[in-house]
Amino acid sequence: MSRTGRPPQARGVGVVKNVIAWALSAVMLIPLLLIVFTAFKSDDDAQSMSFTLPKQWDPSTFLTVIQQGKLADGFLNSMLYSTAGTLLTVLLAAMAAYMFSRRRTRLNNVLYMFLVMGIVLPINYVALMKVMQIFGLNNTRLGIVLLYSAIQLPFMVFLMYGFVARIPQELDEAAVIDGCGPIRLFFSIILPLMTPALVTATVLCFLNMWNEFVLPLYFLNSTDKWPMTLAVYNFFGKYETQWNLVAADVLLTSLPVVVMYLVCQKYIVGGQTAGAVKG
Amino acid sequence: MDKKKIYPWYFGAGALVLYSALFVLPSLIGIGYSFTNWSSYSDQISFVGLENFARVFSPDRNYLDYLWNTLWFTVATTVLKTVLALAFAVLLSTGVKGLNVHRAILYMPAILSVLIVGMVFSSILDPANGLLNTTLRAVGLDALAQKWLTDAHLAMWSVIGVDVWRGMGYVMVILLVGILSISPTYYEAAQLDGASSWQQFVRITLPLLRPTLAVAIVLNVLYGLKVFDIVYVLTNGGPGHRTEVLYTAVFSEFSNGRFAVGTALSTVMLVVMVILGVFMIRVLTRNEVQE
Repeated sequence: MSRTGRPPQARGVGVVKNVIAWALSAVMLIPLLLIVFTAFKSDDDAQSMSFTLPKQWDPSTFLTVIQQGKLADGFLNSMLYSTAGTLLTVLLAAMAAYMFSRRRTRLNNVLYMFLVMGIVLPINYVALMKVMQIFGLNNTRLGIVLLYSAIQLPFMVFLMYGFVARIPQELDEAAVIDGCGPIRLFFSIILPLMTPALVTATVLCFLNMWNEFVLPLYFLNSTDKWPMTLAVYNFFGKYETQWNLVAADVLLTSLPVVVMYLVCQKYIVGGQTAGAVKG
Repeated sequence: MDKKKIYPWYFGAGALVLYSALFVLPSLIGIGYSFTNWSSYSDQISFVGLENFARVFSPDRNYLDYLWNTLWFTVATTVLKTVLALAFAVLLSTGVKGLNVHRAILYMPAILSVLIVGMVFSSILDPANGLLNTTLRAVGLDALAQKWLTDAHLAMWSVIGVDVWRGMGYVMVILLVGILSISPTYYEAAQLDGASSWQQFVRITLPLLRPTLAVAIVLNVLYGLKVFDIVYVLTNGGPGHRTEVLYTAVFSEFSNGRFAVGTALSTVMLVVMVILGVFMIRVLTRNEVQE
């Protein structure tokens, strides 16, 4: 609290606080550093994950992993599912949030609540398999993209609904008087104003889709369609004693989301609750 | 202004159709299937009444234990994450150098795939060569070295511990943002009136943080009830179903081809979530309603 001229006692408390802060950060960092260290170790050095620096930094593990773990395929699949899924979800969610927020009839409020209930509802994976078969979507790339999108839509609509409500409706009226149609109104006036919410939604959606494991586990049987998470898990089962390979695999899989996190930190932190709690 | 023309219905149609077809429809037909003997062993599906539910709720089977495990996991992780996060957030909100660096580090586990967290910790918790036990032995605490994931009494606690590691920082950062947005004038006024730190916490911080806390708790409860990845990777429900939760049980029914039992379990979950959900959605949308 006191920032200048604090008594010695307060300075002691400050030191303790900083020590606690670093201890806490260390608890979070050690497992992550463990992956980095282990990934660069040679085979003999990596019978288990130990918190020692590699005897020599050996990047050849990464090549092995990329070749044996079919990581390139996994990466392209993950990229495809996450990108296509995110674009579809964010577009549909923005349109729905806008319509439901602007036209609050009784029916629309019910429909909005019905959609948002999806944040809470559990997925019935077994029956979903049947539905996927009926639509001919089981074990297809299109199927998994649509599925990812269906699962993410409720939260994303919720996230943007609150945001759209704060864009003044007079803008719409002015545009309509100037002869603007509904589609142009949305795409050239509303959508640009939604940019902050769109960025948060895009980043969160991409992260969630990149990390998705359960849906491909149930609904993608052929290995050539597996995203990185499934490929890594399979690899983990095969090479459980060669931790350097597993760690390299884990590192490569996490790299895109870690980079995305570091670049877009301010959109992620708090974004998950932004729809509900205004900062 | 004709709202029907400016905001046409088809703007909401895409989201509604996709969500209804691939999210709601399975839940609904799942209710139907849970009254049948649908399995991978026979092409015939016939109505069997409440047989699957009798099985799920039978005291001779383990399903009630899975339900109990799920609830226990949910309560334990939510309480631990929230209490720890709140304590650390309050403690670190003032007087810490490089707070943004700490924030970035603490949040990191939450963006990694749960699967990967599970894989890393299955190495750390390995009884023979894992980092935790080797460290304990190195400092002479051999007695504390345990079979973390295979001991029947410890396994659930280990899973809970790993999940708290994964999710605590995330809650803490949300709360920290909330605390830092509280105007310092409240605290200054309280100090002038001679309020103790504890009184300031109870009378100022906690009430102003309540909406944030409520949302964090709701999201954690939802995560806990639907937990799958972390349990699947760390223990796969073992040892002897000690850590089996609803979604891992559903997956093993699915893998074994007992589809009807799997849908019956999901239906039980659906009923629980619809009841809880109405309340939770209200918490999440409360600020909207006030507007």
